[in-house]
Amino acid sequence: MNSPILKISGLTMDFGGIRALNRLELDVNAGEIVALIGPNGAGKTTFFNCLTGIYKPTAGEIMLTPPGSSKSISLKGLKPNHVTEKGLARTFQNIRLFSQMTVLENVMIGRHCRTKAFILGAIFRNAATRKEEKQIVESSAAILEKVGLADQANEFAKNLSYGAQRRLEIARALATEPFLLLLDEPAAGMNPQETHELDRLIREISKDGQSILLIEHDMKLVMSLSDRIFVMDYGKKIAQGKPSEIRANPAVIKAYLGEDVDA
Amino acid sequence: MSGLKVIKKALLTSLWFVFLTFPIMVIKVDPVERIIRWRWQNSLYVALGTFCVYLLAQFILQRKIKKLESQTEQDSLPKESVIHRILANPKQRNLLIVALSAVILAFPLFSSSYQTNVMITALMYVVLGLGLNIVVGMAGLLDLGYVAFYAVGAYSYALLNHHFQLGFWAVLPIGGGLAALFGILLGFPVLRLRGDYLAIVTLGFGEIIRLILENWSEFSKGPSGISNISRPGLFGIELSLDSAIIYLYYLMILFVIVTIFIVNRLQDSRLGRAWIALREDEIACQAMGIDKRKTKLVAFSLGAFWAGIIGVVFAAKTTFVNPASFTFLESAIILSIVVLGGMGSIVGVIFGAMILILLPEYLRALSEYRMLAFGAILVAMMVFRPQGLISNIRRTYRFEKTHSLNVK
Repeated sequence: MNSPILKISGLTMDFGGIRALNRLELDVNAGEIVALIGPNGAGKTTFFNCLTGIYKPTAGEIMLTPPGSSKSISLKGLKPNHVTEKGLARTFQNIRLFSQMTVLENVMIGRHCRTKAFILGAIFRNAATRKEEKQIVESSAAILEKVGLADQANEFAKNLSYGAQRRLEIARALATEPFLLLLDEPAAGMNPQETHELDRLIREISKDGQSILLIEHDMKLVMSLSDRIFVMDYGKKIAQGKPSEIRANPAVIKAYLGEDVDA
Repeated sequence: MSGLKVIKKALLTSLWFVFLTFPIMVIKVDPVERIIRWRWQNSLYVALGTFCVYLLAQFILQRKIKKLESQTEQDSLPKESVIHRILANPKQRNLLIVALSAVILAFPLFSSSYQTNVMITALMYVVLGLGLNIVVGMAGLLDLGYVAFYAVGAYSYALLNHHFQLGFWAVLPIGGGLAALFGILLGFPVLRLRGDYLAIVTLGFGEIIRLILENWSEFSKGPSGISNISRPGLFGIELSLDSAIIYLYYLMILFVIVTIFIVNRLQDSRLGRAWIALREDEIACQAMGIDKRKTKLVAFSLGAFWAGIIGVVFAAKTTFVNPASFTFLESAIILSIVVLGGMGSIVGVIFGAMILILLPEYLRALSEYRMLAFGAILVAMMVFRPQGLISNIRRTYRFEKTHSLNVK
């Protein structure tokens, strides 16, 4: 049952002479919550960008196996929109909402890749298009209900509070129907109350069967949420394992706190 | 600012203006008598004029600042303009539509053919503005070479009519289609560009098309252009010049209505949302599964399509085309229509086109100061209403808890 849906092997990314990712190995199993941690500049966001097609990795392989299917698809070299179509959706570290659109419309954009209406459909607004539009609105509203933003559906995204904007990013990603959700520092800048709500939201999403890979600096959140943790430093994986194992891992402590001079 | 201070500042400003305008307003060389005339009274007019304008501008600014200060935080959204308030009220809106359509339909009956001709031009620019609005206003791609597509449409009618005697109605879709094709052609190399870089490349593209038309004489007859293009036909009936103009006027009304209808529908569709998302944030847009390439190309080609259609109409209206009609200035005017009217706003673009095309015509009374006045009006507009005449209040999707779709 625990077959990996995402398997990354030997992933390397060079920016000129700088090796941002160095033969990274990582896997995510179906239904798991996996955390990726590491000091600033370790290459976590670069890794996400490689995964979602924003960067093209120098070497290595990214294999995605949709749940219930035995065929693997390589994501390497795909355009970001195709990666999303394959079932991988992400949020951004620095919030990238469509601020001039309403909350509902932001989520509706997420439905784009699962719908079809085009020029002619838009102009003639035939029965199929009308039905599709109705479905887009309804499913978007259902997602907003889930993340607790239904009351603010008609507000402009820019007028939301910081925590709500983070949740809207998650809602927008969910609208693309991913089976693996990538969250890039979802709790950054949140107060304890908001972090607590986020914790609950991520658990709920996970309960629906979605696999989650998250980058996070809030160790309390990471330790309580994740099934497994990967630790990165200088583009390399330095440790992996259950939260309890990571807590005691000397390499991790060294990466975060530095080496003891006396030792 | 206290009153005395303002007056002092106004005095200084007017003196400064007298100094600046001295060479053109006071000195006049009379080449016949070989003397210099000193028109000192002009400097007095300049001083007085500047003084008054300065005080007026200060007064308006002060009032605006006071209004802003008194506004609470709640009113951070743009205030609804008069037009929007009228449009929001169905009774007033219907009245307005009936009155407007009566005036529009009766217009050629009580005005001279010169007036009708001017109005046809204005209507053509309405459609051009709406077409460019798709590219600039909705998709956020700054296109400075829009006139190239207009030229493609005009020349496709001119050439097909000249060589193959094809009629207006046959060429209309061909011209539009060809322009759309050129839109895609331009779209491919600029897919990765944004902002200033995109503007420069599109500007270059517009010039390339014009220069080809100017220099490839075997193909386009060069700067001398193509004349004797047939006017649009009406079921094979020969029309006199006057009735041909009236016919073209009603045709343009039809085009404007169809364009408004289609642009409006596009704006409220899945595609329209994708354009707005693309304008807001390209990376997030792609991460949400929107095909950036396809969405941009569609915006370019749809925008170009309208330009091509109007190009055909232009060739049919003037019965003569040459490359001089498709200079950068045309692109700039169409872009000003979109910006002045209010980016992304359909009503705004219509107003913008009317003002930018009709104003210079009716300012002819001011003879040589016409363009000066026109420029001053534009500058004043952008200072006092930077969001355009009628800013775009987009129809947003509203969702009520009753699970019903309400498009407001």
